[in-house]
This record gives sequence, C-alpha cells and structure tokens, in this order.
Amino acid sequence: MAENTFERVKKIIVEHLDVDPAEVTLEASVKDDLGADSLDVVDLIMQFEDEFGLEISDEEAEKISTVGDIVSYIEQKQQ
Amino acid sequence: MKKNRVVITGLGVITPIGNDVDTFWNHLIAGKSGIDYITQFDASEYAVRIAAEVKDFDPLQFIDKKDARKMDRFAQFAVSAAKMAVKHAGLDMSKEDPERVGVYIGSGIGGLSTLEEQHKVLLNRGPRRVSPFFIPMMISNMAAGQVSIHIGAKGPNSSSVTACATGTHSIGDAFRILQRGEADVMIAGGAEATILPLAFAGFASMGALSTRNEEPQKASRPFDRDRDGFVMGEGAGILVMETLEHALNRGANIIAEIAGYGMTADAYHLTSPDPTGDGPARSMIKAYQDAGLEPADIDYINAHGTSTPLNEKYETMAIKKAFGEHAYKLAISSNKSMIGHLLGAAGGVEAVATALTLKHQIIPPTINYENPDPDCDLDYVPNEARSAQVRVAISNSLGFGGHNASILLKVYEDV
Repeated sequence: MAENTFERVKKIIVEHLDVDPAEVTLEASVKDDLGADSLDVVDLIMQFEDEFGLEISDEEAEKISTVGDIVSYIEQKQQ
Repeated sequence: MKKNRVVITGLGVITPIGNDVDTFWNHLIAGKSGIDYITQFDASEYAVRIAAEVKDFDPLQFIDKKDARKMDRFAQFAVSAAKMAVKHAGLDMSKEDPERVGVYIGSGIGGLSTLEEQHKVLLNRGPRRVSPFFIPMMISNMAAGQVSIHIGAKGPNSSSVTACATGTHSIGDAFRILQRGEADVMIAGGAEATILPLAFAGFASMGALSTRNEEPQKASRPFDRDRDGFVMGEGAGILVMETLEHALNRGANIIAEIAGYGMTADAYHLTSPDPTGDGPARSMIKAYQDAGLEPADIDYINAHGTSTPLNEKYETMAIKKAFGEHAYKLAISSNKSMIGHLLGAAGGVEAVATALTLKHQIIPPTINYENPDPDCDLDYVPNEARSAQVRVAISNSLGFGGHNASILLKVYEDV
C-alpha cells in the first residue's frame, strides 16, 4: 500500500515537474529539491486530489513540504 | 533631440510555410500555399473548414518540457521564434547589459486555447479545478513576459494588443524605444495561435472568413476579384532590432534598416474599414515622412491584403491617396495569399518577409491572382516572385477597431 501510493505520487511529480524519477525520494522537498514554485504546488495538489479522489484543504496543503509528507497525508486520509 | 538609427540584425519565424527563416523565405518566393483542411479540431460542422496551420512544430526544440507545459501555444511560438532570432543575430546575452535589452511582443487574442479548455473545466468540474496556470497562460502579454524570462532581457518590456495590427505596432513601438535610446536591443514582433472552435465560430459569424472549403490552396486570393474572406493562420514573427551604434560595435550582420513608423485610427466602425481609405493612407504618409522620404522613394508595399472584399478595395484606395501617381509604379504584394492571416502575428512575420525582400532583392508574389478587380488596379506582383531593385519598403497592418500601422524598412547604407 505504502509503495503503491508513493509510486503514484512520484509519477505525477515526474510528469508535472519534469524531474528525474531518481530525485523523487520520500525525503525530497517539493520546492527546494524538486524545483516547484507556488503555482506548481497548487497544480500538484489538484492532481493528487484527482488521482486519489480526496480533497486537500489550503491549510493542509501549506503544511506539505516533502514527498513523504504528501504520501503519509494521502494514506492517512484514505484510512 | 538626436534620434538613434535602428537596424534589424536577426529574424525568427514559426509559420504555416516553414518553421525557420530559410524554409519560410524559399516557400514564400516559390508561391507555396500553407493552407489546408483544419486538423487541430473537428471542423466538420463548421462553415469554414480550412486554415493555415503551423506544421510539425516541436516546442521542445526551443523550450524545456516543464516550461513548455506552462505556455499556451502562442507563447511557445513567441519564445521559439525569439530564440531563433537571437541566435540569427549572433546576440550573446552574456556580453550584453541585460537592462539594455528589451522585448515588445504582442498577440491579438492571446491564450484562447487555454481559455476554452479551462472554461470547460469550470463548467464541468467547478471553480476549484481551474488550473493555477490558467491566467498566466492566457493573458496576451505573456509572450513578451516569457521571452524576457527565457532570454534574460531586463530592459523595456511591453506588448500591444491591436488585433491584426499588433505585430506592426509592436515593432514600431520598439523602434521608437531604440530611437530614444531607452534600450540598445529590442526583440519585437507578434505571435498568435487561434485555430480553435471558438475563434472559427466567431470569425465565421462575422462573415470574415473565406468559405472556399473545396479549394483550400486557392482560398486566400488578395486583390483577386473573387476573394471572399481571409483564411486564418497562426505562428510568430520576431525581429532583433538594435541601434546602429550597438550593431556596429558588436560587428553584427545588418539585414535592413527600419527608418519610419506611422499609426492612425479610422474612428469609423468596429470592423469595417473607412470607405475613404483615409486611415491607412495617413499611416503610410506618416511612415515615409518619419523617414524623411518622398512618395516616389518607396519601391514596394507589403500589403495588409487579407483577401476580404473590403480590405483590398480600400487599401488600394489608401495607397493611391498616400502615393498619388507613384501608386501605379510601386510593387505591392500580400504574403497572406500563402500564409493566411496570422492576426496579431501577421505584422511580425510580414516584417521578416519585408526585411528579406530588401536583403535578397526579390519580391514575393501575391498568389491566386486570376481575375482582375476593377477596384484593385495596381501592380500586385501576381503569382510569380519578381527580382527587382527594392531600396525602400513599407509594411502595412490594419486591425479591427480601426487601427492602422505602417513601418518603413530600407536597405542599410553606411551614410
């Protein structure tokens, strides 16, 4: 389950930020390491909402920093 | 105040007849039409099913994938043509003061494909699903913004939005900036990409488009008696312009000089040209007066020549008003017979063609000229390119709203 969510998140990040898949680790910061700007983050959140069929509020979205944050948030929501 | 002389040192194009300067020019003088059936959307239910589409365009040749995704097609055209022009000019930004390099690129309509797409998202999925990139992809000034980002040009930056006069106004306004010395280099022109359902529905409702669906290559026939409307094109045309002093100092290859600019308004009607031809006549007069020239000095006019019944009638009248007897001696042709009407990009691409006309001393033809129209009785360089001495040329662009713009280009001479 964990790997599945991570892989799905990774796929979206690679596609939208045009980064090397190897760079998308659980520890990677979406902004600092993967080069996302504030608009990219909003765009990514929308993609995650679509992919996982959930809603991420603006306050919750602001707390997200690393890829790991996204994965654990999604898994928590899905339980 | 002393005005700087201004020269053109680089050209870049994305057009329906070629995505580089050489291919574009070779097809232009060969009389090749870029018009065919629409492939970008299903036009089978539309009154007009033909367009001059850009073929085989790969934005990734010029732009990173990540950046290209955040650009509407018109901005991709602009950045691609601008990078091409900068390379053509041999302009090395690492040797330039970035604050002295500016950009003036407009679009008549802007990111209409983004607007259509995101409006569907809004209606079907609600406001929360509208992309954060919707606005920055759609706004028409973003061609100029994106080019500045991708070139690193921190000088004067703006864009005009004057419908089909956009490209010529952008180049004319950039010329003024250089004359005044507010920049050393300006990257200027126009970009457009509106081969889209909403645009075809709207322009067709106006009756502005040719419905010669059976013969796409014959549909754009400026000055011909049987012309029945324009054919929509898309693309971008960009010039690198610089002060003569700056060009000489860096040993640039000078393609032509830009020496005059005129702009006027019809103040007459939303879309119909003033039936006296007064507006474009004054625009052309201002352009040659601005260059300190007489009517008889002008050898060639790159006409607006849209292939609509009214445009050519009144543009011909305007040329007679502006040039008197000399109107019958100068050569006139319309690139739109081959590339269609690129709206806000038309003036940019046609300025590139005019610069190449001066460089090669060859006038591109007006193709599909088969039946003379008594209202259009001047020399339109019918069907075949012509070798001729062309020392001074004017390029016209006339836009909905009654905008008229003319720029004057001439062979560069060291005097």
